[in-house]
Formats: sequence, structure tokens, C-alpha cells
Amino acid sequence: MALEALRVNRMRSVLTMFGVVIGVLAVVILVAVGTGAKDAVEKEISGLGTNIILVVPGRLTVGAAPTQSKLNLADVAYVRRVVGDPAKVTVSLQSGETVRVGGTEAFVTVVGTDQNLTNIFDRPLDKGRHLSGTDVDTRRRVAVLGSEVADKLFGDLDPIGRQLTISGARFRVVGVYAKIGQTFGVSRDQEVHIPVTTAQRLLGIARVNGIAVGASGPDEIGPLQSRVVAALTDRYPGEKFSAVTQTQLLGTIGSVLGMLTGVLAAIAGISLLVGGVGVSNIMLVSVRERTREIGLRKALGARQRDVLTQFLIEAVLLTTIGGVIGILLGVGGALAIQALTPVPASVTWWSVALAFGVSAAVGVFFGVAPARRAGRLDPVIALRAE
Amino acid sequence: MTAAASDAALEAVDLTRRYQLDGVAVEALRGVSLRIGRGEFVAIIGPSGSGKSTLMHLLGCLDRPTSGRLRVNGVEMSQLSDTQLAELRNKTIGFVFQSFHLLARTTALENVALPLVYRGVGKAERRTRARAALEAVGLGHRMEHRPSQMSGGEQQRVAIARALVGEPKVLLADEPTGNLDTRNGAEVMAILDRLNSDSGVAVVLVTHEPEVAGHARRQIHVRDGLIELDTADRTGTGETEQRDGGGAG
Ligand SMILES: Nc1ncnc2c1ncn2[C@@H]1O[C@H](COP(=O)(O)OP(=O)(O)OP(=O)(O)O)[C@@H](O)[C@H]1O
Ligand SMILES: [Mg+2]
Repeated sequence: MALEALRVNRMRSVLTMFGVVIGVLAVVILVAVGTGAKDAVEKEISGLGTNIILVVPGRLTVGAAPTQSKLNLADVAYVRRVVGDPAKVTVSLQSGETVRVGGTEAFVTVVGTDQNLTNIFDRPLDKGRHLSGTDVDTRRRVAVLGSEVADKLFGDLDPIGRQLTISGARFRVVGVYAKIGQTFGVSRDQEVHIPVTTAQRLLGIARVNGIAVGASGPDEIGPLQSRVVAALTDRYPGEKFSAVTQTQLLGTIGSVLGMLTGVLAAIAGISLLVGGVGVSNIMLVSVRERTREIGLRKALGARQRDVLTQFLIEAVLLTTIGGVIGILLGVGGALAIQALTPVPASVTWWSVALAFGVSAAVGVFFGVAPARRAGRLDPVIALRAE
Repeated sequence: MTAAASDAALEAVDLTRRYQLDGVAVEALRGVSLRIGRGEFVAIIGPSGSGKSTLMHLLGCLDRPTSGRLRVNGVEMSQLSDTQLAELRNKTIGFVFQSFHLLARTTALENVALPLVYRGVGKAERRTRARAALEAVGLGHRMEHRPSQMSGGEQQRVAIARALVGEPKVLLADEPTGNLDTRNGAEVMAILDRLNSDSGVAVVLVTHEPEVAGHARRQIHVRDGLIELDTADRTGTGETEQRDGGGAG
């Protein structure tokens, strides 16, 4: 009966549904994109390795400006003593530099590090070898290339044993890393790793950017983190040091992205609300147009409740049909975004359930006023209406 | 009086109905008393604006009187809630309107079955009873037709089938032939005649046409919201009612 009424005014029903369709579609897609982004970042962070603690000077909060580093290699040795296992501590000094092979050049991130990098981070090799302790101790000019750098500079040639220049100095390639993709939108395949000692001389500086410590298990992370920070603060009274763990990073980034997803969903929700106002409007028009029908139904014995229910069902049907169409389009859209663009999108069952529930609720909420008006119509006046 | 009163299909005492229009009061009915026995056939006639439709709406419990009392099938309507009034309209009264009032885009069968929906009758039984009602008005071959696919006379017969499908005690028809030509009007009246004599339903109809009024054994003339003449008073109320009431019971 309710479906029949919607079919009678097909064009109008479709246009009214359109508002709800758009709203639900927006909710599903925006939540999918938000969730996809969160998933992707979490995957990147977990992909770094496990049980990692990053130690940096200054206070580390999201959005704060980076602090000028005071840490040097002596501090790294100190942290090694504090941690107890020297192999579980590594270092990083980064700088953007131009590298050149013959006529080909590339702008890359040069990372000065040491042989312990691979004890802490997952960094599989494609060819050759990792940096060694001797490389670091003797300040060798050797480099391990990210996969993109190797492709760009050497193409089909095997880079191992070949020469390249980093800001004017000659280096020999000893290894090429396997492709690992991006972290925080930065391609890690565009890095060139050289011994930290060589990097300090090349750049003419004595400091390092940060220290990474690997804990032996999840339970050790907390105590180790506080021990390292306390030791560094002892060494430099009045200075601030921060140690963040992957879990903390995941938590912070997760909550920021979660909030972002929430804001997107709320914006989409507003468009759903606007769709609901459209439904209310159309139902009022429908009640007015069908005044005579309502009068007749009452004359035949329909109670106030019967008429109210009839119109409420129509409104809910209108919004839930719109909701289902919106969900289908939204899921389709999210899959298309996932497949055709670099933006990650992942449809979650709860956003679909929520969108459906909300569209039904919108029908009830915005249908109630018109339905009550219909239910209360005086049958005599309704029958006389033209 | 009391025993006779509960026997009547309709009993009105001093009914008035006043409409408030932009602060001006319109007295559509100014004190109407009448008593219609079970199985009676009554025509209400009177000039336009005299209050005939207003009276029909009150008798059919679509509207409440400003003052006065009304008993329908022995029940005092002023004591009923809106929900109970809806049930009374559904079970005790059948309406036929001048302009048919069928639901467009709905088949004859579904139109006829509509009152049973509000009585909670199941779909299969609704269809069976609606089919029987349509056959009773000679429209067994028009079950699946929509109003726009039927003539005025056929539409009004569908409306009569709808009024009768719930087996009411009283059929109220406000100018049922007003929109029909003479031939279709005569056919509708023949059906009403037959229903009244066969199933003992009391029929009250409003009309402007003398031939239509002639089908009724009793005529009530209304003018300016008052009963001007009731032929039952001339022939003797008691006699008419006893005969018709006996026939129904
Ligand atoms: N809803 C209303 N509001 C105000 N006045 C009304 C209303 N309904 C009826 N009236 C007035 O009550 C009076 C009686 O109206 P009613 O419809 O009962 O007349 P009627 O005898 O059926 O006339 P007709 O033969 O033209 O159908 C008229 O003066 C009419 O204007
Ligand atoms: Mg009238």
C-alpha cells in the first residue's frame, strides 16, 4: 500500500530520495576514506619493525616545530651503555642531497646510519650487502640505495660496485634495498644509506637527528623508554628528550585520523539531515494532496493511528530505499576510489549499518509531523476538500 | 420508548450543528429529531444549503453535533472515543458519496476490500468477501479494473459494494445518483432497492430528484436546518417502524 503510494508519484519520490541517497553515499564514502587512511598509516607504522623506541631531542607533539638536535655520537655510545645491548641501538642523520651518476641526477634523502639499523627496522635487501661496522668505524664512502634511486640512476645495470657522487664526493654502491613503499607519504625507496660517520664528515656536522632503540619484547618497551629518557635528561640537565614508541605513535595518529573521520561523517550527516527535511516537506505536500483519501479512509473506519502509521511507513520507506541506494552507490564508489586512485578507502560494516539506521531514523523523525497531521484530519473537512 | 429506542437503527434527538466561519456562526442544523427503524428506506430532500449533508455526516458519526443526542444501533455516540467512533463507522455504517470517492490506481476489488483492512480481516478473506460484494452489484467482471477504466455508474456500484462489504446496519448515501445519467442512476437505485428488501439494511439517501425519492417509502423534507415534513408522521410512525423493524429482526 505504501509502496503503491510512492509509485504513484514516482518522479517526486525519486527526487525526494535523492537527498537521502546523497547523504548516505557521503557518509559511507567519507567514512571509508577516513578509515582507509587510518588503516594505511597503521600498516606503515607496523611495517617499520616491532618494539621500536625513537629517541629525539625536545618535546614531541603532533604539530610542534622540530627542535634543533643536541645529540651526537658520544650520546649514542652513552645510550648504548644505558640500554646494555649495543646492537639494539642505531642512529640516524638525514639530509636532502643531490646524487649523480654520469649525466643522471636525483634528489634523495641521504641517511647516515650504522650496522645496527637492520637489528631494529625491517629493511630487506634486494642485492649486495648492508652497511657494516667496519664501514662505520673507518668512515668508508659506501652506500646502500633505495630501490627507486637504484632504478633511476642505473636503470637496467647492476649497481653493485659502481660509483656515484653525493654532493660532490664519490661513493661505491654496496647494496640495494628491496622496495618497501611509503611511510607518512614519504617514499622510503628514495633513500640512500651511508655510514653515519661518513655522513657527518660529508655534511660537516657532529650531531645526529635521532636514536632508535629496539626492545626485546612488548613488556620491555615502557621501562626501557623511561630509562633512556631519564639517562639523557641526567646527562643534559634542563633539556627535554622524548621517546616515542610505535604504539604511542599509532595511538596519536589513530586518534587524529579517527577525529578526522568523525568530522567527515558529521559533515556527511548534515547532508543526510537536509535530505530528511526534504522528506518532511514532500510528506506534508503528500498529506495535503491526499486529504480526500484520508477523509475517505476515516469514513470507512480507519483510526487516527491507522492513518498515522500509513504515512509514517511511507516516509520510512522513502528514506530507507534511498538509504539502500546510497549504501550501494557508496560501497561502489569506495571500491572505485580504492581501485582507481591512490587514496585508500575501506568500507566498514558499522558505517553501512549506521547509514541505514540513520536513514530509517530520519524517515521516522521527519515523517512523524506530516503523519500526525494526516492522522488528525477531520474526516468531514477532508471529504469536502477539493 | 426505551425498548423501541434501542430497536431503532438511528435515533436523533434535537440535533444541532453550528459552524464557526470567520467569527460568524452558521446554524447548519437547528434541532433535528428523527428515528429510523431497522430496514427502513428513507429519502431526505430539501433545497441546497438546507443542511442535508451536515445531517448525514452526523448520522454517519463523521462529525459530532454541537448539541443533541444520537444513538446509532442502540449506542449513544457522545460517549464514544474517536477510536470507538472509527470502529462504529467501520462495522455499523456504510457510506456512499456523490463523487464515488474511490482510490485511483487501485483495483475495484482492493477498493471494496478497504473497510475490511481496518477490521483486521486477513487478505484471503478480504478478497473473497470483496468478490462476493462486487458480484452482488453485478460487477463480477470488473474486479481488476481501476476507477479510471470504469463508467460513472460502475464506479458508484463499486462504492456501494464497498459500503456493504462489512455488512453494516445502515447505508448512508449523499446524492448517490447526483453525478450519474438517468439510466445509470436507475441502475444504482435498483441495487439499493434490492439490498434494502433482501438484506434488510436501512437505507438513508439524500436526493434532489423526485423519481429517486420515490423509491423510498418515507421522505424527510429539510429546510433551513429543520425538518419541515416527515411522511412517517402522516402514515403513523409506529406502524411503519413495527413493520420494517419486524422484517429486519
Ligand atoms: N465546514 C463548514 N464550515 C462552515 N459552514 C459550513 C460547513 N459545512 C457546511 N456549512 C454550511 O452549512 C449549511 C448546510 O450545508 P450542507 O452541506 O449541509 O447543505 P446541503 O443541504 O447538503 O446542500 P447541497 O444540497 O448543496 O449539498 C450551508 O450553509 C453551508 O454553507
Ligand atoms: Mg450536500
